Amino acid sequence: MGEIIVEEKGKKGGKRKPKKHSTRIDMTPMVDLMCLLITFFMLTTAFSKPKVMVITMPEKDQQDKPKEAPRISAERTLNILLTGDDKVYFYQGLADPKKLPLPDLIKSDFSKDGIRKVLLLRNKDLFTKIAEFRDKRLTGKLVVADTTADNTIKRFKKEDKKGPIVLIKADEKAKYKDIVNIIDEMAICNIASYAVVDLAPLEIQMVKNAPK
Amino acid sequence: MPKIKAPARSPHIDMTPMVDLFSLLLTFFMLTTSFRPQEAAPITTPSSVSEKQAPDNDIMTIFISKEGKVFFNIDNGKDTSTHFRAKLLVKMGEQYKITFDAKQLDKFGKMSSFGMPIKDVKAWINATDSKVRDKLQTGIPMDSTDNQLAWWIRMARLTNLGAEVAIKGDADTPYTDVKKIMDLLQENKVNKFNLVTNLQMEEITMKDLPK
Repeated sequence: MGEIIVEEKGKKGGKRKPKKHSTRIDMTPMVDLMCLLITFFMLTTAFSKPKVMVITMPEKDQQDKPKEAPRISAERTLNILLTGDDKVYFYQGLADPKKLPLPDLIKSDFSKDGIRKVLLLRNKDLFTKIAEFRDKRLTGKLVVADTTADNTIKRFKKEDKKGPIVLIKADEKAKYKDIVNIIDEMAICNIASYAVVDLAPLEIQMVKNAPK
Repeated sequence: MPKIKAPARSPHIDMTPMVDLFSLLLTFFMLTTSFRPQEAAPITTPSSVSEKQAPDNDIMTIFISKEGKVFFNIDNGKDTSTHFRAKLLVKMGEQYKITFDAKQLDKFGKMSSFGMPIKDVKAWINATDSKVRDKLQTGIPMDSTDNQLAWWIRMARLTNLGAEVAIKGDADTPYTDVKKIMDLLQENKVNKFNLVTNLQMEEITMKDLPK
């Protein structure tokens, strides 16, 4: 401001031409600062919120009462034993010390042709039913809300009387990821009923004798 | 003959578009950001197909590192006036005869996951150096004689009964360690667990059905 006034006084009589200031502003510091801020936010942002897998365990109570295992049919029972090292053993039916011979353990793994094939084969009916239902929704033949669809699938699972009842048992060598993987398989194969239970002493013996 | 001189160009570049873009990005990040909580130990979660999101509030998280160290975290609840963390610490203090002053309680309320014997909690709150603080994170003891984790869980359940429980375990944690904590939770009437996992899509269709 002051400068302008001085200039005016010096150029008396001449045409009043205000000095042309460049309209450009040096934006470098601003850009620098923005760069810094963006970097900061990019590094501290947690983009994807963690996903969770919900698992409900049967309530534990009545420690003093003798536990009577719920009666489940042997044909439908599929036992899955987790022993670490990505190994999975499974056997059909119940291991009963009174009824020899003991069922054979079959070795499998977490690959696509491993335990999933076994589960799918046994759960064919329910899986087809749910897959067809999902297909119908996807192609637009059936228009229902998400919650209704979820409830329908839940009802399918509840009504299912043929699919396997999977008992998941992990020994002390099993890793946390094994449990998560196998529960995940249950979700993928739409298994209606499964439970994580403890290993029976007899089964520990069976794992020891199992094919390596 | 004088050489033909290329006209001197002004070294200025027009930075306006760049600034525009930057401001956009900055606004985007500032609005979408939710700060990544500080974690006591690096934990690689196993992956699953589950797409359910972990709740933002009312969640009690138990971290289990690869070595079986256990850390604990609980949020303050949806309503900021509830101060669940401070209340929890007061309860734990009563249990172990340790008193915390108002300033310490306030600071504890703003901190995140922790894992140390209760006697070290005060030092952890008071520590100003993050290195000192990290060194104190040795895991919550859970020996059968003095199971502090059990008390943390019990008191947290008493403080905020509506809180869901999330377990964030490392993929390579032995299952027995996880089982111990699940048993402990079940003793406190928690039967529903949220296992924190990475999303990894895997879809199978009718075509995958074995013949």
